[in-house]
Amino acid sequence: MLKDITLGQFFPGNSLAHRLDPRTKIVLTLLYIVALFCAKWFVSYGLVAAVLLIAVKISGVAPRALVKGLKPILFIICFTAVLNLLYTPGEPLVSFWIFTITREGVQTAFFMILRIVMLIMGTFLLTYTTSPIALTDGLETLLGPLKKIRVPVHELAMIMSIALRFIPTLIEETDKIMSAQKARGADFETGNILQRARALVPILVPLFISAFRRADELAVAMECRCYHGGQGRTKLRVLRCEARDYLVLLAYCLMLAGVLVLARFGL
Amino acid sequence: MKPIIRVENLVHTYGINTPFCRSAVDGVSMEIYEGEFLGIIGHTGSGKSTLIQHLNGLLKPTGGTIFLGDRDIWADPKKIREVRFRVGLVFQYPEYQLFEETVYKDIAFGAKNMGLEEGEIDRRVRSAAAFAGLGEDLLDKSPFDLSGGQKRRVAIAGVIAMEPEVLILDEPSAGLDPAGRRSLLENIRRYHRERGTTVVMVSHSMDEVAENVDRIIVLADAGVVMSGTPHQVFSRARELMDVGLNVPQVTQVAMELTRLGVDIDPAVYTVADLRAALAARRGGTAKC
Repeated sequence: MLKDITLGQFFPGNSLAHRLDPRTKIVLTLLYIVALFCAKWFVSYGLVAAVLLIAVKISGVAPRALVKGLKPILFIICFTAVLNLLYTPGEPLVSFWIFTITREGVQTAFFMILRIVMLIMGTFLLTYTTSPIALTDGLETLLGPLKKIRVPVHELAMIMSIALRFIPTLIEETDKIMSAQKARGADFETGNILQRARALVPILVPLFISAFRRADELAVAMECRCYHGGQGRTKLRVLRCEARDYLVLLAYCLMLAGVLVLARFGL
Repeated sequence: MKPIIRVENLVHTYGINTPFCRSAVDGVSMEIYEGEFLGIIGHTGSGKSTLIQHLNGLLKPTGGTIFLGDRDIWADPKKIREVRFRVGLVFQYPEYQLFEETVYKDIAFGAKNMGLEEGEIDRRVRSAAAFAGLGEDLLDKSPFDLSGGQKRRVAIAGVIAMEPEVLILDEPSAGLDPAGRRSLLENIRRYHRERGTTVVMVSHSMDEVAENVDRIIVLADAGVVMSGTPHQVFSRARELMDVGLNVPQVTQVAMELTRLGVDIDPAVYTVADLRAALAARRGGTAKC
């Protein structure tokens, strides 16, 4: 049940999408998002969608996995769609009680759904093809210039990678504790809200205890290896941009330019 | 003997439709008889833990059936909780599941979930604590103030307090020191002797299994490879080693003696048996 959570999960592989430099991939994702938000009409959306499709094809990630990632935000998608549908002024199509659905509303709602779905899929593609370690490594280098204004970039990256590293561990642990309490007849599925909240105590208490224990052990282990932050630290895997990185970047820049031009003409 | 749990052609596959798809249990059929002390052994990753989580309905089989008594436990998924009360499962490192303020309350958790009345719960908690070797003075303490070994006993008592027909323990002695291990196993043996209920112990320590159980089931690569009395199983030492297991140390000594030309049974598995066998050869009683 908990194992089904795919948020931020990494699917190992050896496609072009996997081998790109994580920095490139982060920048690509940013370019993709900007292009997505600049898109206005079918033609420009089509261009961005085409790029997404090609990227998915190249990455070898199962489209099913991408669709599954949409499930948790299904509510948000429906909510925005309904709001846009009902509250966009314009030429009325249908009207009942106090609601009026306009032609513009239908359009906005449609493009809004398209935009959110493509946004999620594009960003999931990044986390599906990039290991959390590579991702934080890339972020750390990209944010490097901020060190000049005393932003603790390395520490933030470290916190992030530790957090990411422990998500699966904690999920597994929660699963184990839940099984153990279920074996003693704990019931998480029935009862009213209050009873269900109370049923969480037997999971949360052991989970917190073990999380604190783990944090303590990790701190000691890091201390033992003389960890003292980012000063003068070298890397096992040095990030290096290659020709393919620049080529893909160029392709994405062209896409963004294309979208901007198309949007200018209202397409 | 009558089987209390019958497993038929059990299959369990993790992560269907992902790149991580893998069968942890593949076509296992076995029986657990009423009142026996059964040992399940297998190397790490042989599917032991997955198998036992099916026996009380924590995992739902991908294929195959599990019968408790005469009933398929998944015949009515709404009644699966009752199966969990009848088949008590103690997980590996169970001390991490404690959460209550006092040892007493933690042991009572399972019994309370059964909806028993106060007096019955009290009787069960005290009897379970005694079986697990916990003194009355510990019952009012916080479980988090206890030592690791005591915590584990609290967790085991919590399952015993449900008075299950079958008690399953997953590596109950893992990570304990020799003294703690010995006394915990002694407690489990006494529980089995005095209650007369079925006990299943999962382990990969041959010596531990050899000293305690009536019957052994050997798992390897997601399937059952051997089943029989300790004597039957340990006489197939070669095959055990082929699946990454070993025979008890005493059996290793006996095998070595046989190789050197001493005429004794190479499959003896307890120190007492080996001593008796050697003494019989000398035609007298052992003096050591």
